[in-house]
Amino acid sequence: MNTLYIPQDSGALSLGAEGVARAVQSEARKRGEELRLVRTGSRGLYWLEPLLEVATPSGRVAYGPVSASDVPSLFEAGVLRGGSHALCLGPIEELPYLKQQERMTLARVGITDPTSLEDYAAHGGFRGLRNALGLSGEQIIKEVMDSGLRGRGGAAFPTGIKWKTADATPSPQKYIVCNADEGDSGTFSDRMIMEGDPFVLIEGMVIAGLAIGATQGYIYLRSEYPHAYRVLNLAIEKAQSAGYLGGDVLGSGKSFHLEVRRGAGSYICGEETALLESLEGKRGVIRYRPPLPAVSGLFGQPTIINNVITLASVPLIFDRGAAFYKNYGTGRSRGTLPFQLAGNVKRGGLVEKAFGLTLSELLYDFGGGSFTGRPIRAVQIGGPLGAYLPEALFDTPLDYEALSGVQAMLGHGGIVAFDDTVDMASMARFAMEFCALESCGKCTPCRIGSTRGVEVIDKILRNRNRKGNLHLLRDLCDIMVSGSLCGLGGLIPNPVLSALKHFPKDFGIEETEELH
Amino acid sequence: MPIESGEAIARIAKALKHKPGALLPILQEIQEQLGHIPSEAVPIVASELNLTRAEVHGVVSFYHDFRSEPPGRHVIRICQAESCQAMGSAVLTAFAKTHLGIDFHETTADAAFSLEPVYCLGNCACSPAMAVGKEVYGRMTPQRFQEVLQEVAGKSE
Repeated sequence: MNTLYIPQDSGALSLGAEGVARAVQSEARKRGEELRLVRTGSRGLYWLEPLLEVATPSGRVAYGPVSASDVPSLFEAGVLRGGSHALCLGPIEELPYLKQQERMTLARVGITDPTSLEDYAAHGGFRGLRNALGLSGEQIIKEVMDSGLRGRGGAAFPTGIKWKTADATPSPQKYIVCNADEGDSGTFSDRMIMEGDPFVLIEGMVIAGLAIGATQGYIYLRSEYPHAYRVLNLAIEKAQSAGYLGGDVLGSGKSFHLEVRRGAGSYICGEETALLESLEGKRGVIRYRPPLPAVSGLFGQPTIINNVITLASVPLIFDRGAAFYKNYGTGRSRGTLPFQLAGNVKRGGLVEKAFGLTLSELLYDFGGGSFTGRPIRAVQIGGPLGAYLPEALFDTPLDYEALSGVQAMLGHGGIVAFDDTVDMASMARFAMEFCALESCGKCTPCRIGSTRGVEVIDKILRNRNRKGNLHLLRDLCDIMVSGSLCGLGGLIPNPVLSALKHFPKDFGIEETEELH
Repeated sequence: MPIESGEAIARIAKALKHKPGALLPILQEIQEQLGHIPSEAVPIVASELNLTRAEVHGVVSFYHDFRSEPPGRHVIRICQAESCQAMGSAVLTAFAKTHLGIDFHETTADAAFSLEPVYCLGNCACSPAMAVGKEVYGRMTPQRFQEVLQEVAGKSE
């Protein structure tokens, strides 16, 4: 029987994948063709979605972007045998966009049926967990330390140290919390994993549980991801019935339970302590640190809180070994990062690569330049708290250290491109506006400073005492950086000041004008 | 508030209150079933969880998702975040507002549509994005906006 693959990823669905799937089924019935239709995650080649793949003796052949109205002509062209058609892209694995990637954490996404345990196991799933079950908690933590893995949520804190701290804090109840509140604009890798390969996240969380003796895990999922919610719950149910979760994980006598909790539309709940408050059923107001969550986290107990990609990278480390993982990357940025190419770019999507490729490789070689065909003028890296970079800095290598060298940060790996029609002053204003909207209210510089920031930028743009107000804006940003407890107030000056530094003209400042 | 709603709220609270950190799941379930969180829900939930009304109200008012008024039959959320801005979400938003004759946080007179801003739907490689209910739509244009509206309105009739 012929096998066809159509993604059920919400990005593909947003472009009509469901209609394509229905059209394929009905066309096959009409022609009396038998076929097996597998709904996968997305390969992350979003400009080609909805993508249709067909299994042939020489591998999968892809067609895209397919609309429901293309389906009859695809069948006419013999799509079930990989026949030629205007939309045929050839063997999917040979597309340069995919071929030049190093898919490690997202190795299975787009290939397997996300909620099929058999498919997961057939593609290397649960090998890491089986290996980890043969190790002590200390050995597990050592392996994670040796891999060089750092938190992929944005702060890049060494994962092994976090785990060690939670392990060293005695308590009868410990927790593993997955931060799936992927709120940064330009990021979607967490969503792709959760929708496209949820078992890898579950496996990573079980291994984390084994490492510190935690028996309960929570996935705190943003409410904007209803498809991920459905897939995760289905996957948890299946993992539980098969004994990968529950009171006796794979007969080891160790227990690990997992539950998905949804957020309620608050960006600040992506900050780990606000997330814990929210999980406890409170307002998402951030906590003072110390104590660190690893010492006193959820319900006051030692808690490992890691991002989706961090936890989803763990199974591979236990499958192939820390040395294998560490072999990728550069300097102190080890392994791979799923970069997410978004905004005004021709070929937006997911590019998993070892750290160290340059921004321009990503924007032009992968991304193909801007969607509109105009020059790319600015790029924001690392979400709404990340800096804006001008073209002059596009040769910066993408690793944690190189980016901090240009006062930028990698964050969760989201890259948003803007063409030359962008007004950077309005982007700076938006950053302050967003901060005002999402501030939890705990720290005055963030709660009030963000509103004042909007007003001051407005005055600058209206040329009211521009010099004085520019001074005031810098002053305000300074106070926000040093007077905010968390990254929202502390980092929002990044987009504001970088826009001002690299694009002064947009603020009405002439190049000859004294800026300081 | 009709008596049935009060009973439904109490039933939801009782069913979920054993969960650690039960308040959000309870409020989410109330909103799922009733479409919003009526102010009368606050004392019921507070008493079930042994919290003060202020604590429950504080949580309801903190999160953008919770609404105290019933929404229209279809809630349209248009992404306002950076990636969608880079692809023309401002034009899309202005068109939507004019087309529906409402601003953000408002509902059309026939109670068919509510319009809300959202900051990222995770569909940034297909910007600009919007959602109607739980369905996400990518690469939106004013024309596609009208088509989607017709499509969802047709489905609900």
